[in-house]
Amino acid sequence: MGILKTFALGGVHPEENKLSSHAAIEVLPVPKQVIVPLGQNLGAPSKAIVKKGDKVKVGQLIAEAGGFISANIHSPVSGTVLKIDPAIDSTGYRRPCVFITVEGDEWDENIDKTDTLIPEIALTPEEIVNRIKSAGIVGLGGATFPTSVKLMPPPGKTAEFLIINGVECEPYLTSDHRVMLEKGQEIMVGIQILMKALKVEKAFIGIENNKKDAITYLSELSQSYQGIEVVPLKVQYPQGGEKQLIKAVVNREVPSGKLPIEVGCVVQNVGTALAVYEAVQKNKPLIERVVTVTGKGVKKPSNFLVRIGTPVEQLIEAAEGLPENTGKVISGGPMMGKSLTSLDAPVVKGTSGILIMEKEESGRKTESPCIRCSKCTYVCPMGLEPFLLAKAAKLGKFEMAENEMIMDCIECGSCQYTCPANIPLLDYLRLGKLKVGQAIRNRNKK
Amino acid sequence: MDNIIVIAVLALGGLGLIAAVVLFFIASKFRVFEDPKIDEVEEALPSANCGGCGYPGCRAFAEATVKSAKENKSIEGLNCPVGGNDVMQTVGNILGLAVDATDPMIAVVRCNGSFAHTPAKVKYEGATSCAFAHALYGGEGGCQYGCLGLGDCVAACNFDAIHMNPETGLPEVNDKCTACNACVIACPRDIIELRKRGPKDKRIFVSCVNMEKGAAAKKNCEVACIGCSLCQKACAFDAITITNFLAYIDFNKCTLCRKCVEVCPTNAIHEINFKPRKPKPESAPEKTVVRKSETVEKEAVPAKEQIEKGDTKAPDATTEVKEDIKVTKE
Repeated sequence: MGILKTFALGGVHPEENKLSSHAAIEVLPVPKQVIVPLGQNLGAPSKAIVKKGDKVKVGQLIAEAGGFISANIHSPVSGTVLKIDPAIDSTGYRRPCVFITVEGDEWDENIDKTDTLIPEIALTPEEIVNRIKSAGIVGLGGATFPTSVKLMPPPGKTAEFLIINGVECEPYLTSDHRVMLEKGQEIMVGIQILMKALKVEKAFIGIENNKKDAITYLSELSQSYQGIEVVPLKVQYPQGGEKQLIKAVVNREVPSGKLPIEVGCVVQNVGTALAVYEAVQKNKPLIERVVTVTGKGVKKPSNFLVRIGTPVEQLIEAAEGLPENTGKVISGGPMMGKSLTSLDAPVVKGTSGILIMEKEESGRKTESPCIRCSKCTYVCPMGLEPFLLAKAAKLGKFEMAENEMIMDCIECGSCQYTCPANIPLLDYLRLGKLKVGQAIRNRNKK
Repeated sequence: MDNIIVIAVLALGGLGLIAAVVLFFIASKFRVFEDPKIDEVEEALPSANCGGCGYPGCRAFAEATVKSAKENKSIEGLNCPVGGNDVMQTVGNILGLAVDATDPMIAVVRCNGSFAHTPAKVKYEGATSCAFAHALYGGEGGCQYGCLGLGDCVAACNFDAIHMNPETGLPEVNDKCTACNACVIACPRDIIELRKRGPKDKRIFVSCVNMEKGAAAKKNCEVACIGCSLCQKACAFDAITITNFLAYIDFNKCTLCRKCVEVCPTNAIHEINFKPRKPKPESAPEKTVVRKSETVEKEAVPAKEQIEKGDTKAPDATTEVKEDIKVTKE
C-alpha cells in the first residue's frame, strides 16, 4: 500500500475508542414529541411558517431560510404544532423551537419512501442545487454550513475537485463509518449528483485507515462509477478539518482566511452525500440523521437513525441508559464536541454523536504554569503558536492575537489535548477568536 | 596669528547667525500653538486615565473640553465622572464657563441570582472569563441572562470598587465607584448599569435583567422579575416600564417612594440605604432579609472617610445604615 497520505503540519493521535463501529444502524422509534430548534445551521436562524395548532406531515416545510446563509427546516414527524417557544438546545441557551406532538407517521405524498436505488440523475446542475437548497441540507459533519451555498462557487472561481470527507477523525464517533458501510451505493450516487452540480470530473473520498472495511467496500463500488477515487489516509487528528483534508488528499494549501474554493476544492461529508442523494432522487428533505451514542460506561454503544428534534434523553435510553458514573454528556466527539447542559436538548442537523464520559475521564486536571515546552506548537495543524495566542487572549492583548493569526485557528483542540501543564489553551483561543472576530466585524462596519 | 582668530570668530559667528535666522523662520512657520488652558485643565483632572468620559485619557479629555469651550462656548455633554461636580466646576472656572451640576452616578449590579437563589444545575470548569462562558452556555443556575460570576467586571475596574462576594457569587459595588463605565462594557450580559447615586445614596432598582416569560424566569431563579406589572400599577410617577417581561425603573422619574418594593411578589426590586421600615404585621421582616446583601456593602466604608470626602451625607446617615445592618443580620 505504500506510505499513507496525511496533512503536513502537526496533528495528534488520541485513543480511537471506536466502540460502536460494529453496531449496525438501528432506526429509533419516533418519539412522542419533537422539539425542532429554529437555529440549526451556521448563519441566520430560520423563520417559522407554522403556528400553534397547525397539522403537519413528515417532510412538510415548517421554517424558511432566514437569509442567504441559512436553511429550510422540515417537519421530522407528523402531528400537531403544540407551540413555538424557547427551549434549551445544544448551545446551552433557550432558543425558539417548534414543539410538535406526534400523531401517527404520515409522510408527505411527494417523498419516495422505498429503498430502491435510483442511479440515473435526471436533473440539471441548477435544479440539483435548488433541490438541495429547498430540502434544507447542511453539512452533516458538524459545522452545519448550508450545502447549497458551497455548491455555488463565487464568480470567477471554479471547482476542480470534489473531496468527500469520510475521515471521521474524532475518537468514539462512528456514524459516518456505518453510513459508508450500509449506504455505500447511495453515497456513490450522491457523489455523482454533487459532481454534476459542481461540474467537476474528479471526486476523492478520504477515509482514515482505521476503517479498512469501508475503504475496501467503497473502493469496490467506485470501480463502477466514473471519476470517484477512494484515498486511504493515515490516522491523524484533525484530518477531518477541511483544510487538513485538502492538504492530505490533493496536497494543496488553502490560503489564510480563504475558503477551499480558492484552491479549486469543495469538501462535503459522506453523510451530506447521502442526504443529497435522498433529497434529489427521493425528494426527501433532511429530517433524520445517523447519531452515534457511545462512551466507555455505555452498556450498548449504538448508531441510531434518529428524527431531528428527538430529545437526547431518548437516545441514551435506547442505548440502555445513563451510566451511574457519568461526568459529562457531550454532543459531538470528545475533541470538538460541546457538553450539554440538559438532556432535554434535541438532536439537531449537526449532532453527529452523543458521547457519555465518565467522571474521571471528563474532569479537568489542575492547571500548572507553562514551561514553554512547545508541544502545542508542534501539534498545531495550522502552524500557530497556541501558548502565545492563549496568553495574549488571557491578558486582553487582542491586537497581538490578531497579528499572530488567531483567526486561522480551527479550534481542533490538539493543543489543549497535548498540553502537559493542563492549560485550557482552547478556551482562551476561543475567547480570543470571539473578541478579535467582533473587532474585525466592527472595523468592517465603519 | 591675529588673522586666524579673526577668521575663526567671523566664520563661527556667521554660521551661528545664518542658523539662527533659518531656525527663526522655521520656528515661526511650523509653530504648533497649544492652548495653555489644556495644561491647566489637565492639571485639574484626577489623572485616572480611566476613559470614563469617553476619551482616551485625561489629556484627550482636556483637549476636547478646551476645543468645545472655544468653538461652542460651552462644555455641555463633557463630564469627568471620576472628578464629579467639583472637578467640573474647577474646569469651568479655568475656561470661564458656567457648568451645570450633574447627578453623581454609580454602577449597579442588576442580578440577584446568588448561589441560594439560583441553585447550580451544571458545573462550569472552563476558563475564568465571563465573555468566554457567555459564548459557551447559559449559566450554572440555568438563567441565561444572569450573572456568570467569573469576574470580568472585577478585572475591568481600575478603582478597586467592585468585588466578587464568595458567598453569593455575585459582584458587589462599593463606594469607591466612580461610574467610569468600565465594568458596564466588560459585562457580556449587560447586567451592570450606571444609575443615579440618589439622595443620601438611596436607590431603588429592579435587580434582574431576565427577559423570559415569568414562568421560565422563575423556574431558574426565585428572585427573578416575572413581568407581572404589579410595580407598574403601584407606581404613581410613570417611572416603571415593562418590556419583554422585565420591569425597568427610570431613575430620573423615580421619587424613591418604595411602593413598588412592597408589591413585588418575587422581591426583585431592591431598595438600598433606606431606613428600616416600621414593622408591619406581614411584609416587613421578609423585605429586610432581601436587602441584606445590598446593605452590607456599606459596612466596608468607614463613616469618617465619607464625611471627609465632603459627601452630602449627614453623619447620622451612616449610623442609620449601621442600624440597618444590625436589623438585617438579626
